[in-house]
Amino acid sequence: MSANPARRQAPEVGVERAGIQTTVQDGGRFGYQHLGVVPSGAMDMESLLLANAMVANGSDEATLEMVLQGPTLRFACEALIALAGASFGIRAALGQSVTLLPTNRPILLAAGTQVSFEHAQDGARAYLAVAGGFDVPSILGSRCTYIPAGFGGHNGRALKKGDVLALSPQASTLARARFNTLHKKNTGVVCHGSAARTVRWSVRPRSLPEDEVTLVRFINGRHRALFTAQALQAFESSTYRISPDSNRMGYRMVGPRLERANTGDVLSEPTNLGTVQVPPDGAPIVLMADHQTTGGYAKIAEIASADIPRLAQLRPGQEVRFAPCSLAQALALARAARDALASKTQALAWQYQA
Amino acid sequence: MGSKPAIRVQSVVPLGDTAVLIDFSDHLDPDVNAGILRLADAIRRRKLPWIRDVVPAIASLAVHININLTGESDTVDMVRVLVDACLRDKSQPDSAPRPPIVVPVCYDGGFGMDLQDIGERTGFSADEVVRRHLGSDFRVLMVGFVPGHPYLCGLDPKLAVPRRSAPRLRMPPGTVAIANAQCVVYPYEIPGGWSVVGRTPLRLFDAARARPSLFEAADAVRFERIERAQFDRIAQREGTA
Repeated sequence: MSANPARRQAPEVGVERAGIQTTVQDGGRFGYQHLGVVPSGAMDMESLLLANAMVANGSDEATLEMVLQGPTLRFACEALIALAGASFGIRAALGQSVTLLPTNRPILLAAGTQVSFEHAQDGARAYLAVAGGFDVPSILGSRCTYIPAGFGGHNGRALKKGDVLALSPQASTLARARFNTLHKKNTGVVCHGSAARTVRWSVRPRSLPEDEVTLVRFINGRHRALFTAQALQAFESSTYRISPDSNRMGYRMVGPRLERANTGDVLSEPTNLGTVQVPPDGAPIVLMADHQTTGGYAKIAEIASADIPRLAQLRPGQEVRFAPCSLAQALALARAARDALASKTQALAWQYQA
Repeated sequence: MGSKPAIRVQSVVPLGDTAVLIDFSDHLDPDVNAGILRLADAIRRRKLPWIRDVVPAIASLAVHININLTGESDTVDMVRVLVDACLRDKSQPDSAPRPPIVVPVCYDGGFGMDLQDIGERTGFSADEVVRRHLGSDFRVLMVGFVPGHPYLCGLDPKLAVPRRSAPRLRMPPGTVAIANAQCVVYPYEIPGGWSVVGRTPLRLFDAARARPSLFEAADAVRFERIERAQFDRIAQREGTA
């Protein structure tokens, strides 16, 4: 903690351990794909929305996306936080008091509390929302980090030990006011030492894929005709494993190689989140949040948007199967996912109504 | 403007459930590309709230959609109707042509690492390869892959060489390279399988600039030869040194 008493209550968060790859992410940067700028943003948009709803933020407010191993942060001021997505153990320390915090609910932290997010017990990614949001500059209309080009978020990169992130100047005022509303509406508040207070209720977490093979639905890619019949068959009937060299740009899949019947070049053309492209080595890549905007590899499939958040929660080594669906089915899945999420966020909004 | 060549839709296909791709040709045709860029402008000018991004490419165009705003409509149908309407509408004004972008390039000092090789494949001296590259009238077909990365057409046809068999893993920012009928400039350190003719000290993309991308689709581009000392001075100024 800062030795300067005037800074102690400043609306900021110190990074005491960075975690594997902790980045500022929001709902994404739209409108610049024709300049090669991909929307980026949270890999699991559902968890982003849920984390923000738990602290009564706007739906695409900037959060911290943590992966597999979370950061240790020190909140200089009082703050209302919530974590959604993969379940990371949360440990809070203030002075002599060290406690484990319950998950999937809003948490009011006392000024000066150190919070450690341990490793993901299921899933891969979680989103830490703070009431009022992180006060990083908006670049081309978004606060999200785009690492490949080094802009957005905190200096265009993942957090490092020693970084200090600004919160909204109203962070502690909002924290107290919003938590008071929750308090009045509910029968009780739980105190966790001097470090934190939480409500008694929790949001039911989405079930995250664990050991079983995750089914991921896809629409036919537009270059299917370039592949051999065996390749098309193998793609739909085999189990693929997520390669360790997967990242926010793409998930590389380990499994049967997909051969082309026709090896001619494909002209560089637009891609999308969820495009499954096959480079000449035959190993498919699912394009994720930081993907290239255009590419010249053959597209065998396009993952249904409703299944992207689940895919984003898979860890290297976990397995998927690809199952075909129609465009109409994919759109219906997206509507159903949106409605299910809306009922959760509306229930949370009701908790915050005075 | 009677000279506007018409473009014809070849296919309209879903690019997943959040984008639609319209295909106009299976090969590079600068006239078709120019028509696609005009169509992209026409779609953007309608300022439709359900459209998130309009991405023109060499011979195709993608429309990215916010499906929270399109109800139960079929995305492919919506885009097909929109594209038909835009192509039928002859009243749209042409966007004012922008002045050509002049790009300083240093071809010496190891920057033009493949000039000799291109010369051997085409039967020219390295100097003649540079002269022909400088004499080409380039135009930006599309910007994509990473921020600010242009694909240019207009390369002197006598310089057409295929892509290299083994791509290089890390090409420095500013690398100017050619393959077939095209030329590219790398904004960031990326892998590249094209033959390198030189390097520009300019910063191709800067999110803080009023015009973040130096190159935009349809821009005319001319390269201008600079010496190493000048390269270093400009690189200092641009912060790319």
